[in-house]
Amino acid sequence: MIQSVIMAGFGGQGILLIGNMLAYAALGEGKHVTYMPAYGVEMRGGTANCTVVVSDEPIGSPIVGKPDAVIVMNLPSLKKFESWIKPEGKLFLNTSLAPADERTREDIAFYPIPANDLASQMGNARLANMILIGAYVKATGIVSQDALIDSLSKVISERNARFIPQNIEAIKLGADQVETANP
Amino acid sequence: MTEKQDLVKGNEAVAMGALDAGCRHYFGYPITPQSDIPEYLSYHLPKLGGEFVQAESEVAAINMLLGAAATGVRAMTSSSSPGISLMQEGLSYIAGSEIPIVIINMSRSGPGLGGIAPSQGDYFQAVKGGGHGDYHLLVLAPNSVQELYDLTILAFELAEKYRNPVMILGDAMIGQMKEPLLRRTPEKIVEYPKDWALTGAKGRPQRVLKSLYLKDGELTAHNWKLHQKYEAMKKDEIRYEEVFVEDAELILVAFGSAARISRTSVMMAREQGMKVGLFRPITLFPFPEPRLADFAKKDVGFFVVELNTGQMVEDVKIATAGRSVDFFGKPPGALPTPEEIFEKIREIYPG
Repeated sequence: MIQSVIMAGFGGQGILLIGNMLAYAALGEGKHVTYMPAYGVEMRGGTANCTVVVSDEPIGSPIVGKPDAVIVMNLPSLKKFESWIKPEGKLFLNTSLAPADERTREDIAFYPIPANDLASQMGNARLANMILIGAYVKATGIVSQDALIDSLSKVISERNARFIPQNIEAIKLGADQVETANP
Repeated sequence: MTEKQDLVKGNEAVAMGALDAGCRHYFGYPITPQSDIPEYLSYHLPKLGGEFVQAESEVAAINMLLGAAATGVRAMTSSSSPGISLMQEGLSYIAGSEIPIVIINMSRSGPGLGGIAPSQGDYFQAVKGGGHGDYHLLVLAPNSVQELYDLTILAFELAEKYRNPVMILGDAMIGQMKEPLLRRTPEKIVEYPKDWALTGAKGRPQRVLKSLYLKDGELTAHNWKLHQKYEAMKKDEIRYEEVFVEDAELILVAFGSAARISRTSVMMAREQGMKVGLFRPITLFPFPEPRLADFAKKDVGFFVVELNTGQMVEDVKIATAGRSVDFFGKPPGALPTPEEIFEKIREIYPG
């Protein structure tokens, strides 16, 4: 079993953070994993993306041309990556920043999640990435939600440990969206 | 997977390997995409009683490295393509003076200032000399985070074994990616006699490390001595990895990150019933020429994939003289995808 995902958005949305979380969660479950950040002259407000591959077998390429899923946090990333998704793959779209009617593919499962709006309702717009990774993990079962939650302590410094509970809450809220979404 | 694996970035694996090999001296100047190496070492070396020096330039760093390593301590530098170019004069002096050092090139794109994207455009510079004079670096090309760690440790051993500079040739992809690493710290550091090191001549005859030989016949002899060293490397140090080559009708040849991406393409081809194998040189100098020559005796085609417009392919052609060698090159910009390389395999696959 091998699963690949590309996560993409603006720099500052926490794309690389949730990519790292998924990689740590996979490692925690004893799986093979590669994490590949798109390395450009990126900064806050620029574009950021990363590719994560999780497998039961050793992984060849950390670069993926046809990912099983794409998590998209903004409109430019939808334009760039929607066409990459494998037929019958999955698109997780932050509909707060990328309207659902901008997509073009009919042959993929679609998970519209208004992540920024949901995060704002929780009182912290910066939790949007957690909502999306929570939804993604729930829908794919690539790792367990527990492993994902355990990875928080690997990517959030001790100084910010007080934010972990609300991140967990956001992951769970994201998972709930998948149950209500209609792929 | 077992034991204590951690998720580690390629650059950090190099730094960990250097520490675990007993390297306590670093001289360098920051440059993307390898600055995680000096960052990590600047934190850890002082705690271990080592020296971390951020030099004023790459030219200064390589000459500081020459000086430190001349005393017999394990010492290294790291940089990326434009910085490595600046170090070439020093590397030539180090090779000429037979001083063991380790140099990391997490290469980026060129020529000139180029860009920070992954590239294998430094192959020629790495394996054919790079600086002036008739010399070679021993060049290792890892393709995983684990190998970055393991080969960095090996690099320090080989540098001392041959009294020769050893280069780790990676790139922005392999340096920046993260994978599980098993940090198998060596129980014993493999070391070689240092009867050449400048440790103070009190009570013993003076030792000299130099690359200037002006007496009649002296430099000729020195060049032949160096040559014999390279011949010994060709005999004893060739390393490579083979995947599905036994029954292959087409052998894909690639190193480093290109090999990593190609491995998935080869698996795709196998799933389609195509007899395709992967040959991955781990040492680029010495190049695994004899092994490729063996394959060339059989009825097999070769397909070279590189992140440049064609460099290692020349060495494959020499090794497989007479055989058809196809080439797919991807100069810096976007990395090739496994699907893209698979399409090329399909185009050239026999029958």
